[in-house]
Amino acid sequence: MELIISKYNYWVYIILMMIGFYAMIGKRNLVKKLVGMNIFQTAIILYFVSTGAKRGASIPIVEGGHGEAIHAIHAAHYVNPLPHVLMLTAIVVMVSTFGVALALIIMLYRRYNTLEEDEILELRK
Amino acid sequence: MEAVSSIRPMLAVSVSALAALLILFTGERRRNLRELWTILASVTKFFLVASMMPTVLAGKIIECTIIDFSPGIALQFRVDAFGFFFGTLASVLWIATSIYSIGYMRGLNEHAQTRYFFCFAFALNGALGVAFAGNLLTLFIFYEILTIATFPLVAHRETPEAVRGGRKYLAYLLTGAAFVFFSLGLTYTLTGTLDFAGGGFLRGHGSDNLLRLLFVTFVLGFGTKAAVMPIHEWLPTAMVAPTPVSALLHAVAVVKAGVFCVLRVVLYVFGPQLLSDLNLWLVLAYFASFTIIVSGMLALAQDNLKRRLAFSTINNLAIIIMGAALLSPSAIIGGIFHIAGHGFMKITLFFVAGAIYVKTHKENVSELDGIGRAMPITMGSFAIAAMGIAGTPPVVGFISKWYLCLGSLEAKEIVFMFVLLTSALLDIAYFFPIIYNSFFSKPQGWINSGVDEASWLMVVPLTACAVISVILGIAPDAFFRFFRVATLAARNIAGIG
Amino acid sequence: MTLPFPILIILVPLITAFFIPIIGWWRRDLCYPLVIVALSVSTLSSVFILHLVEEGGTIHYYLGSWDPPWGIEYVIDHLNAFMAIIVSAISLIVALSSKRSVERELPQKVVYFYCLFLLQVTGLLGIVVTGDMFNLYVFLEIASLAGYALIAIGEDGAPFASFNYMIYGTIGACFYLLSVGYLYVVTGSLNMADLSRILPDLYHSKVVLMAFAFFIVGVGLKMALFPLHVWLPDAYTYAPSAVSALVAPLMTKVGAYVLIRIVFTVFTPSFSISLIPATTILSWVAVIAILFGCILALGQTDLKRMLAYVLIAEVGYIALGVGLANKAGLTGAILHILNDALMMTCLFLVVGAILYKVGLRNIHQFTYLHRKMPITMAAFTVAALSVIGIPPTCGFFSKWYLVLGAIDANQWLFAVVLLVSSLLNAILFFRVIENIYFEPANAHGEGAHEEISVDEAPLSMLIPILVVTAGILSLGVLSGKIISSVIQFAVPAGL
Repeated sequence: MELIISKYNYWVYIILMMIGFYAMIGKRNLVKKLVGMNIFQTAIILYFVSTGAKRGASIPIVEGGHGEAIHAIHAAHYVNPLPHVLMLTAIVVMVSTFGVALALIIMLYRRYNTLEEDEILELRK
Repeated sequence: MEAVSSIRPMLAVSVSALAALLILFTGERRRNLRELWTILASVTKFFLVASMMPTVLAGKIIECTIIDFSPGIALQFRVDAFGFFFGTLASVLWIATSIYSIGYMRGLNEHAQTRYFFCFAFALNGALGVAFAGNLLTLFIFYEILTIATFPLVAHRETPEAVRGGRKYLAYLLTGAAFVFFSLGLTYTLTGTLDFAGGGFLRGHGSDNLLRLLFVTFVLGFGTKAAVMPIHEWLPTAMVAPTPVSALLHAVAVVKAGVFCVLRVVLYVFGPQLLSDLNLWLVLAYFASFTIIVSGMLALAQDNLKRRLAFSTINNLAIIIMGAALLSPSAIIGGIFHIAGHGFMKITLFFVAGAIYVKTHKENVSELDGIGRAMPITMGSFAIAAMGIAGTPPVVGFISKWYLCLGSLEAKEIVFMFVLLTSALLDIAYFFPIIYNSFFSKPQGWINSGVDEASWLMVVPLTACAVISVILGIAPDAFFRFFRVATLAARNIAGIG
Repeated sequence: MTLPFPILIILVPLITAFFIPIIGWWRRDLCYPLVIVALSVSTLSSVFILHLVEEGGTIHYYLGSWDPPWGIEYVIDHLNAFMAIIVSAISLIVALSSKRSVERELPQKVVYFYCLFLLQVTGLLGIVVTGDMFNLYVFLEIASLAGYALIAIGEDGAPFASFNYMIYGTIGACFYLLSVGYLYVVTGSLNMADLSRILPDLYHSKVVLMAFAFFIVGVGLKMALFPLHVWLPDAYTYAPSAVSALVAPLMTKVGAYVLIRIVFTVFTPSFSISLIPATTILSWVAVIAILFGCILALGQTDLKRMLAYVLIAEVGYIALGVGLANKAGLTGAILHILNDALMMTCLFLVVGAILYKVGLRNIHQFTYLHRKMPITMAAFTVAALSVIGIPPTCGFFSKWYLVLGAIDANQWLFAVVLLVSSLLNAILFFRVIENIYFEPANAHGEGAHEEISVDEAPLSMLIPILVVTAGILSLGVLSGKIISSVIQFAVPAGL
């Protein structure tokens, strides 16, 4: 029990990832595959961000900004900003992938008039 | 062994590659110019090789390193006595075959002549590269070039039968090449070098059983090209090629290259000392004897003239290998000398077969009754060469067989002498009927249908080769100093001087 | 080192990629020259960088002047420089030959094609020069996305093949991202050199082990290592000719480069070889890949599809070299990256030329081609001989090192598999060569032929093919020099 409660972020992301993975592989409809892909990638992003969290920390923005004297910064007061930044990039990648995928789906629909994988395979024979 | 540096080996090898490219670009439109390239290249090649004779006879080695591949291996030519021997033979016989090819191709109005001459020139490139290679890797590179260049020649006719023959050729030879590749890798891993050394360089570099396995893979690899049994089957099937190609395969380049490589492995990689320690020489000699007897008997059963000649070649190649396997100096000399002697005799026989085909379109022995009276010069040369193969003096075949018998006595194994005598009897058995029937049987209407000697382009080379066979039988050092070079090579191997 | 060449390699194609739609909207004809100029700048920069690396050792370039491990660092050592030249030179050659086939196959989309082409090349070059793990992920995805789009422009089955490729590719990239995340959590660093310093203390941690496993699977998906190759045949068969010629030689090789980096640089050899039997498993998988690729290729009649399976086998060779993990094996693997890039480029360019000129893809329809396109067919034969491994073409020399590596590692079975695959390749390619060169027997009597005139591929396709063929012939003999000056230093020490 202890294992599950203390590491709940890992469990959540693993379950989400597996749901997405299953959807990508197991579902027949192309749009459902895409949704699965999205869930898969989101789970990983969630994992990354969750590793940056700290107990009792606040968002990583230094009060007072530039120009005024900067106080000494205790790292333990701020959430780790690096995963956030990395994940911004990853979210951009995810969205572009999604865009390309949607474009492909539109092409496929125009060509085959269906979005079911098995029907497309049938039509292609 | 003193080494002299010179670019002549590289020039001798590349002159035919250059000619091949010129042939390709000259094409069918200007055929006389194209044939000129072939003739020019073959003569130039011969002169380049001959120019190296004084140095080699003086006991020195000519070296030419082109580029280093990795520590211990380089693309390198080293002309020693044995390599020079094969190089001379190949370049001389190329001159004869070129002239003959022109006559043959034009006589039959064959298709794809440019491709034919291109591949021929490239094949000679490969053959001389094999002859002059200084280490196993260079040898392998040119060995493969030889295989690839001769494939379009074997499948030249492009009939389904020819294509099948070509595929079989390639299948056997590439599988053999895979074995050679593996052996090369193992040799390099064991010793760190691939250079040839008279008397071998593998001693002490591996356990006995490992070396025995290495020997087997080497022989299986190079033995495919040397047509040892049981991997000989490609050779009779390759008789579907045009006759000059068969002549090239049998006398000039391909199987000679194969047997050359086997001898290189036996004498320059393993060495007599190591082979006798491992007791492998006896195994090899027995295998060779088996091949000699069986191929002789199979030759009797063939009706197609070229197939009969093919089995005769397998017979003689096994004789050469047996000579090397016996490890005694006389046997080695006899074996090496037989490479040249057999080359001249066999090429005469094939030239005759081709001349007969061009003039009469007949391929089978049973159809050749009386043809000797219509084509006396041609069949006369056939008779001389056939007598030589059987070992009758004064043709050159007698000398090599004499030395091989001496060698088997020196090695204290008399059984091999009996094998040689049996093979001589078998040779007479399958050649004599041809000669007899062609001169003394009732002709089958040849003279009435106007069959006479083939064009001078074919008759001159074949007569010349027959005559040279006789001259070499009387004076083995005539023209090319073959015998002296062979003796030098044998002394290299034994480590003397 | 503040010379801007490392960033120039990437920046020039990237910026040009952004400009192409604008310029293309204005004047369509300018796209092609612009692409050539951009790629030439990249190629020249990478040549210059190789020269610098040979003289002075590894180059470090700090993006934005932030020191590592806080900033992104570009590290160019011998292996990187080698890969950079391969990628930029091959893309330049393919771009040169793409003009005619793109105009024929994708008439409305020329501008977008070149834009995506440059983005793909940017991504590949970025993967090759970067020294930061997350940066590699970004460039990996840039290259992959451009690849999905490029493949989807092709003929009938292409969008579906591209969709499948996308699903697999995204899984691969996400696994890669996951493992980067794992490593970050345990070490706090994203820089490759930094990781290789910190990780050895953590080798016994399960997190690191999982990260390694995810890496291998992710990269394996990208480089089409058996059994993760399923997307490759369809994707490369249906793509347009110019796209196959670009993606086939490069994408999988860059994936192999990433594999080498991870297995030997980030995780030091002691981990990959001794602590867990990763390289052993890799070598067995590679052997199966080789056999699988060769055997399945035998059943194909579509030339492009056959080449796709041959590519799977070639990836197997490289993975085998990595898996053998000794000096000869790794030398063979790196040399094979170069050789295979050349061979595959030549083969796919020839396929493109054949498609452009005669529109044929089935190997049984290739009769008379040697008369129509003699030079192209000669190039095909040379490339085929190289794949089989006949000296003096370059393919022989990488096989030589791989066989040496196998014998060194006492794995004779691998050497046997390598040689058997050569024979299988011989059967494959000689089947096609026979069809090309030998005519059916009834077509030629005693010299009578149909008049088929020579109708060679256009110069813009022919010259790149000839350049690559010359490369195949000469780089084999020169392989000794290549190894002694470049590859020798790329092999990690201590193997």
